[in-house]
Amino acid sequence: MKIPATKYPVERFTLDNGLRVVLTPDRSAPVVGVAVVYDVGIRSEPEGRTGFAHLFEHLMFQGSENLEKLAHFRHVQGAGGTFNGSTHLDYTDYFEVLPAGALERALFLEADRMRGPRLTEENLQNQIDVVKEEIRVNVMNRPYGGFPWLKLPPVLFASFANSHDGYGSFGDLDSATVDDARTFFERYYASGNATLAVAGDFDVAKATEMIHRHFGDVPSRPAPQLPDFDEPDLTAEKRDSYTDRLAPLPGVASAWRVPDPIHDFERYLPFVVLAEVLTDGDASRLVDRLAQRDRSVTSIGGYIGFMGDEFQVRNPTALLLQANLPPGGDSEKVLRTVDEEIDRLVADGLAAGELERTQARIATHLLRDTDAVLGRALPMAVLELQRGRPEMLNELPKLLGEVTEAQIVEAAATLRPQRRATVEVIPGVSS
Amino acid sequence: MTMHTLPDLIPDAKLKLPTQAERTLSSGLTVIAIRRPAVPLVELRLRVPFGRAPLPRATLLSQALFTGTGTMSSVDIAAELQAVGGGLSAGLDPDRLLVTGNALASGLDRTLEILAAVLTDPAYPNEEVATERDRLVDHIQVALSQPAHLARTALLKRMYGNHPYAVQTPEPEQVRGVRPGQLRTLHGDRVRPEGSVLVLVGDINPEKAIDAAEKALGSWTGPGKDGDVPPTPALQPGPLVLVDRPGAVQSSLRMALPALGRTDPDYAALQLANLIFGGYFSSRWVENMREDKGYTYGPHTSIEHFLAGSALLVAAEVATEVTGPSLLETLYELGRIASLPPSEDELEQARRYALGTLRLGMSTQAGLAGLASMYASFGLRLDYLRDYSTALSKATREQVAEVAARFLAPSRAITVVLGDAAKVEAPLAALTTVEKG
Repeated sequence: MKIPATKYPVERFTLDNGLRVVLTPDRSAPVVGVAVVYDVGIRSEPEGRTGFAHLFEHLMFQGSENLEKLAHFRHVQGAGGTFNGSTHLDYTDYFEVLPAGALERALFLEADRMRGPRLTEENLQNQIDVVKEEIRVNVMNRPYGGFPWLKLPPVLFASFANSHDGYGSFGDLDSATVDDARTFFERYYASGNATLAVAGDFDVAKATEMIHRHFGDVPSRPAPQLPDFDEPDLTAEKRDSYTDRLAPLPGVASAWRVPDPIHDFERYLPFVVLAEVLTDGDASRLVDRLAQRDRSVTSIGGYIGFMGDEFQVRNPTALLLQANLPPGGDSEKVLRTVDEEIDRLVADGLAAGELERTQARIATHLLRDTDAVLGRALPMAVLELQRGRPEMLNELPKLLGEVTEAQIVEAAATLRPQRRATVEVIPGVSS
Repeated sequence: MTMHTLPDLIPDAKLKLPTQAERTLSSGLTVIAIRRPAVPLVELRLRVPFGRAPLPRATLLSQALFTGTGTMSSVDIAAELQAVGGGLSAGLDPDRLLVTGNALASGLDRTLEILAAVLTDPAYPNEEVATERDRLVDHIQVALSQPAHLARTALLKRMYGNHPYAVQTPEPEQVRGVRPGQLRTLHGDRVRPEGSVLVLVGDINPEKAIDAAEKALGSWTGPGKDGDVPPTPALQPGPLVLVDRPGAVQSSLRMALPALGRTDPDYAALQLANLIFGGYFSSRWVENMREDKGYTYGPHTSIEHFLAGSALLVAAEVATEVTGPSLLETLYELGRIASLPPSEDELEQARRYALGTLRLGMSTQAGLAGLASMYASFGLRLDYLRDYSTALSKATREQVAEVAARFLAPSRAITVVLGDAAKVEAPLAALTTVEKG
């Protein structure tokens, strides 16, 4: 099966204030997606301020130069659009999807907060409360909360930047101040530290003019120096476990470091395919063996990046496997079987057709994501920010389709037990 | 410094529906094919009437549908689909068995052939069914520890009493008792083309895609079985039902209110009233509960439609210590919208949101497939979107106020709270009568 490709056009330019812009027009539906991405994330939080990047993301919705509190939401939704933002390890994104006629409004809204959010004590306290409820609903009040994205980094990594809880402790959140927010904005939310991407139904010349008009007078501030968060790989296996008082069944997750996703892209790419060979669907190696034949897991998944953002993460990052186990399940046995299957892959290579079918399915997943305007605007904004290569979105199905069996085997050979960090969930509820 | 003022909106162009074709095959299967060639893929949705099917068997059938055919194992099915970039999965709601999938557009024929084999020649092998049974039991076990699931279970029971919709998840024990032979029988009885609807959306020629479906699925025949579910009973307001979850750091607040079906002349007005109350971020309830009080993160309301009835659902996870005040604000906002007309500005904002998000929903293959399949199962087609848009455009403040008074009155609500009863019972009892669930 021939792997198809998309041909979304890409226009790039940089404003005088350093803001990098990506335009990708496509008139197949009367909608536009607008994404602004800042080059700061969880890893840049100072010690004593865990969760601050995410809290600050909330503050960016609380009003700005020309906008009262609540105005941002009302202007987007009152234009027939939707909005959100999210905080990742290496970046923070803000985005809208709207009917095409609302493009200029979205640009106005993003430019207004790029000039500066209204940071007040009242809004800060309100959003600390909201973030605590977010943490309660996603982590504390449900089984498997934060598993494994908050539980595994402290086992795999040693540095504060890479290992700390990105949602934050309630103590750190409570001690955040308006001054902290001002400093954080000044340092990281600079025009030179951001990208803007627009995808969908618009005219390039008109959009370019609008972007100059709305963003052109955002004060110029340079990007801070990009930190290097690299740290040494594990030299011996690491394990941890914890009791989840709400969980009825055991769980286990492991992570192995992978090559630098940006500066060692050639060696990194095979790991993306490997994760799918191991866990994508009932015909994948680990699902077939562990879930179907051995029944030692209820489900198992594999992916790269703690937030599943394989092409939007910087070094250091990892390949993760996570499994839910049946009652009384033995994670030791699951890990042993994983090792066995990896050994088998390394020794015997892939079966006939195995690589091709996995690559075909990967292509479908990638192409499907890009059908939505936001599925183009967001990744292109991040690819511009991290690589200066937004057009890579068009190339990914082909690049992944060119990964060879030898590369997969070579990647698999690095997934040794002594390079592995593992965390186990011990169920606190008897089933 | 340049002045920046809020730019005007350019009015939307007329709603444009995609090219499509439809044919009902001699078997009674309706096939709808829609062209959106933006990416070289095809989306597939198949809905098979499944009302009143025995829940434990139907649930396991949906989990085990792809475990094997006369000639293919579960691994063969998955690998063959993967080879054309494809994947299929199945799910169940109280009215339908739903098959969802997608593939590279060039793999449509092969995907349909595999689907046909699964539909006409299912094996339900003993070993594989046993595995899926164990996995389903484990999934249900985990669901039973999730507050959102427990709250919904309690709400459905309170809403529907003895009606079949009252229970939508089987007990683990019931699932353990299901045998492969029972799945084969249920499949033979109910997985039938008559009344089923197949939707294909993507980089396809609609007529040719229907030809392909007719060719592949020609051997899928047999009459459907009457699975009509009786109309849902009227909601019976009563004391708040409090379900204890000791130690919970949040309470799950749920309400159900009556609602109208999509084709009712007042439906657009009701949807607008819902939006103004709590159906989107810029609603009164969300702005109050989250952006003013900080009681909750993601409160939301929505109208849920089943074939036999519709209901307006209200949901918020609130901190244990503000459970009472959260109910107070919710009752206040319901009382306000039921008693006083909304402002023109509020109505216009909600109207534009409703009209705009319709277009967003139609802007992808997956979005179109979901909409077309869902509407078709209610006997509607995508042109419904045109009528609905017109109704949204025309609804007046008076109409919205009138339906809000009828449907959003707090006196008509059923309320369920799942939380730490020792901490929340007294604050809730200060506001309403509480009964332990």
